Amino acid sequence: MSTELTFRQYQDGLADHIFLGLRCDTCGSCTVPPQKVCRNCGGSDLQVEELEKSGFIRTFTVIRVAAEGMNPPFVVAMVETSSGAWVMGNLIDIDPDDANMALIGRKVAIGSHLVKGDVYACGDIHSLRFTLLD
Amino acid sequence: MRKAAILGVAMTPFGISDKTNLELFSDAGLDAIVHSNLEPGDIQALFFGNCLGAFEEGQLHMAPFAHSAIGLSMSAPAVRFECACATATVAIRQAIQMVQGGMYDVVLAGGTERAAAMGTPLATRTFAMASQAQYETPTGITFPGVFAMAANLYSYKYGISLDELKRHLAEVAVKNHFHGAKNPKAHFQKEITVEKVLSGMMVADPLQLLDCCPFSDGAAAVVVAEADKARNLMKKPIYVVGTGQASAGPLYVQQDLTRVKAREVAVKMAYDEAGLTPGDIDVCELHDCFTIAEVLAVESLGFYPFGQGYDAATRGETRLGGKIVVNPSGGLKAKGHPIGATGAAQVTEIVEQLRGEAGERQVDGAKIGLVDTLGGDLGTVCNLILREGK
Repeated sequence: MSTELTFRQYQDGLADHIFLGLRCDTCGSCTVPPQKVCRNCGGSDLQVEELEKSGFIRTFTVIRVAAEGMNPPFVVAMVETSSGAWVMGNLIDIDPDDANMALIGRKVAIGSHLVKGDVYACGDIHSLRFTLLD
Repeated sequence: MRKAAILGVAMTPFGISDKTNLELFSDAGLDAIVHSNLEPGDIQALFFGNCLGAFEEGQLHMAPFAHSAIGLSMSAPAVRFECACATATVAIRQAIQMVQGGMYDVVLAGGTERAAAMGTPLATRTFAMASQAQYETPTGITFPGVFAMAANLYSYKYGISLDELKRHLAEVAVKNHFHGAKNPKAHFQKEITVEKVLSGMMVADPLQLLDCCPFSDGAAAVVVAEADKARNLMKKPIYVVGTGQASAGPLYVQQDLTRVKAREVAVKMAYDEAGLTPGDIDVCELHDCFTIAEVLAVESLGFYPFGQGYDAATRGETRLGGKIVVNPSGGLKAKGHPIGATGAAQVTEIVEQLRGEAGERQVDGAKIGLVDTLGGDLGTVCNLILREGK
């Protein structure tokens, strides 16, 4: 049985501080952000699951020349979630000038914040944000 | 399957231009047709690349206008391609496949872009539109940012300190500017030093200004023809011996971005079809949108093992005279990067190299060349292997 998790449902979850993903009945992988099929095996038997809101920084950058309408500098990071999926978000509780290679491997908590859509975007979006743990 | 060949090739100067996209494409397209000893009426289809015309000029549906601007026959359909930075290479590969499959005998393929005309803030925003709009773009990720994350991960994964990696990355920029200084159509035609790269403005840590290719205006086009017809039209048609293209999802699905998996799949297709190996390639134009991008490419194209391509430029192995000459045109870094035209300009360089017409930047005795173009955040890769003689 296929269970759908739409962009809107995922967004509503983040607004309520719930991090939703999809668990594959076929291979066991977790897919987040949501899509119709498993990111690993392409299977379509997926169950909606509330995910643990933590992970580890795998890489990052400090954006200093940004797109119009943004306020650099800010840190973008890719985090491997506890469920195995990777997600992109902003690391917020660090001065961007203090960001360095020691961040890679650090444990973070995963939350979200509302990013106001610009003239090109289709509305505002709850985007992931990370805060350092331990 | 029939064999395809490249006839005439052409590019405008890359850089900052007052010309419109249609004027730029007309310059390149008509030159490519003339160099093929053909007339516009002989072209049976136009595969036209453009990514951001809507933002550059408020222009959508540019293909039929480009078609009319160069006098193609009404029965020759014009189709627009958009695969981010790999746009023109994908258009050319589609032309090759249509010719191989017998649908057409002669196709014009290429592209145009006015990336510089947008200015940096809008260009940065529109380039970021090629990241995933719901789950990546809202973070403010930029294209330099994507490759900056790849550079940091590369440093971490292979245990090469960032300071050491950055010196080797600077050597990639120095090498490509050295080549670009020999290319009269390059956006940047002056040499630079490692010190200059390392003292540049930080764009996205750890990439500095001269680690990044410029936003450029320009166009390029090539004529693809069935091989027998090509031999009757031109003394030195350049044969297509292998092609490949692969697709991957957003970065969060790709995960380890030091491995461009779409490239590994695409280039294997091309090598297998050609019956060639990386060691057979004499000259390569590859996708150095950022210095780290060249390192990732020389590894996934098979010239170096993973984690060992980072100092190839430092050792002079990818410079003119080296064992595998990479980006003799100056690459995206120095030649420039009008994204919808870039792939056709790479093909133009390889074809000129294989014809022995590359002047000061000629790779001695080049017989087999590889084109590598990457689109978006590693989501599209298209490869072409071209060969002089049968």
